[in-house]
Amino acid sequence: MLQYTIRRLLSLIPVMLIVSIIVFLIVHLTPGNPAYLILGEDSSQESIEQLEVQLGLDKPMVVQFFSWIGNVLTGDLGQSVYSSEPVTQIIIDHLGPTFSLMVISLVLTLLVAIPTAIFVVWKRNTALDPIFISISLLGVSIPEFWFAMLMVLCFGVAIPIFPVAGYIPVAEGAINWFYHLFLPAFVLAAVEIGLVARMLRDGMLESVNQDYTRTAKAKGVKESIVLMKHVFFNALIPTTTVIGTTIAGLLGGTVIIETMFTIPGIGQLLIDSIYRRDYPVIQGVILFIAAIYVLVNLLVDLLYAVLDPRIRYD
Amino acid sequence: MLEVKNLKVHLDTASGIVKAVDGVSFHVKAGETVGIVGESGSGKSVLAHSLMQLNPVPPATYPQGEIIFENRNLLDLKEKELRKIRGNEIAMIFQDPMSSLNPVFKIGNQLMEAIRTHQSMSRQNAEEKALELLKDVGIPDPKSRLNDYPHQFSGGMRQRVLIAIALACQPKLLIADEPTTALDVTIQAQILELMKDIQKKYGTAIIIITHDLGVVAQLADRVLVMYSGRIVEEGITGDIFYHTSMPYTWSLLRSLPRLDSDIHQRLKSIQGQPPNLVDPPKGCNFSPRCPFVTEQCLEVDPSLVDRGNGHRAACILSESEYEERKHEIQDIEREGVEQ
Repeated sequence: MLQYTIRRLLSLIPVMLIVSIIVFLIVHLTPGNPAYLILGEDSSQESIEQLEVQLGLDKPMVVQFFSWIGNVLTGDLGQSVYSSEPVTQIIIDHLGPTFSLMVISLVLTLLVAIPTAIFVVWKRNTALDPIFISISLLGVSIPEFWFAMLMVLCFGVAIPIFPVAGYIPVAEGAINWFYHLFLPAFVLAAVEIGLVARMLRDGMLESVNQDYTRTAKAKGVKESIVLMKHVFFNALIPTTTVIGTTIAGLLGGTVIIETMFTIPGIGQLLIDSIYRRDYPVIQGVILFIAAIYVLVNLLVDLLYAVLDPRIRYD
Repeated sequence: MLEVKNLKVHLDTASGIVKAVDGVSFHVKAGETVGIVGESGSGKSVLAHSLMQLNPVPPATYPQGEIIFENRNLLDLKEKELRKIRGNEIAMIFQDPMSSLNPVFKIGNQLMEAIRTHQSMSRQNAEEKALELLKDVGIPDPKSRLNDYPHQFSGGMRQRVLIAIALACQPKLLIADEPTTALDVTIQAQILELMKDIQKKYGTAIIIITHDLGVVAQLADRVLVMYSGRIVEEGITGDIFYHTSMPYTWSLLRSLPRLDSDIHQRLKSIQGQPPNLVDPPKGCNFSPRCPFVTEQCLEVDPSLVDRGNGHRAACILSESEYEERKHEIQDIEREGVEQ
């Protein structure tokens, strides 16, 4: 297992290298000049050129790439051209809100999706099942930004029971922290709930007709225990894959949701940096998101071995 | 102990109602071994599962009949009362040991679940009981095996574990649904031997469902022959094998390879296919494939007729007519071989 983990971690190096090349190219091939944006419209040509030299933008792109990637390898993501702060520090400062948002939506997703799926499978021969399929499909299909606006209109404007903007760190009161994040987290979770519940339901329905389920019933075990023990744990294995991609999807979803609910997280940082052509920050944030993405996937692969004793990585 | 009266089990499928079990009556006495034989699709597995109502509902329905077990009709019981019988008084072992154990739980967990579902017992006592059961079914080094997962066992060993699970509460009746079909021949013999030993030790009555006449000959006191959802012949094992009085059983026995037969002789298979159970043929269900068939067979649906000594057969031919017809067929065949 340890050997496998190390091997997988090493295989992440080429992946991250390719990601960094793509990120660098996208950022640098997009039109727009950071020096011009920093100095403003009525700046002189000389001062722009002077700033470009200062930022290293006058050098060939290959040289710029290698000096950047060299620094990245030593853990230095560079400095923001906008605020001159180190990029690593900026990312750390914006991590809290995004992480909070992801944790709450993930917990919310599992808390709703798992009982729903179990209940639907328990009532599998009733009209509940087609209704469930329609709702879960609706949940997966709704665009996040539209649903976010709908929620803001409903629970922020028409019935103002939830705040629609702002973020309060958990250190300043857990209740207030949760209260401010509930609506955005719910919007993020809506899509994932449909996906996870549907996946779990499919897995459980497959498991319900397996021979081992019949053995459990023949032992005289209660239907509820048969479902929650024998059926559920077998269905959990395919569902874990979906939960893994869900976590990654949440990270992407935060870009839109943080902007809509003005939450100062990684997503909003990314959008702001793009407006400012703040190359080092954009590169740093995307690299960071990619790293989280691949690590979550690695974690899911390792989790398989825990959930399914037949899977061994040695 | 168990008495099944005119049991019908229907399967509601897209192509119509399949009469999988169509009016079956039989009984099992305490400590007895009853074999149920029949070809694939004869309804024997559905019958076995319906005794514990383990057929998935839907499609299965039980429109008629009674299953009387110790003075209670199991078809009238509520799910909760039925659960107290399942695994406790009646236990079952299944056809495919490879898939009948849950792959994600340890053997010990699955065995102790069977024990603790019906007996209030501490974990420690249950573990001791589990160890004892594994020892009883002949699993070497049971202590360390408790912590193994099903995939770490061979097919034969898994069937032993499943037998141990079935024995957990010392059931009065053990239903074995093709327990040896998925195993290779040496393992089959071991499992059958084990079942005999268990019966001696625990005094359990056994219903063994199989398509293997050899298994029945070894194990059963009495035999029921099933065809298209019905019992067509019933009797003590010796009578069924040596005094067959029903053309289907006769054809079935003849289709077996024999050690004393000429190696160049072809096996005598039964012509045709089992009938469609959605829309069975008029008259006797076996008539389209029966070498004994008479005109009357296409009209009259025969019921089980007592032939003495508990021997019953569903055929309109009387004993003498049957013997006469049998000799005729054998004569014709012999002439065919000589020519």
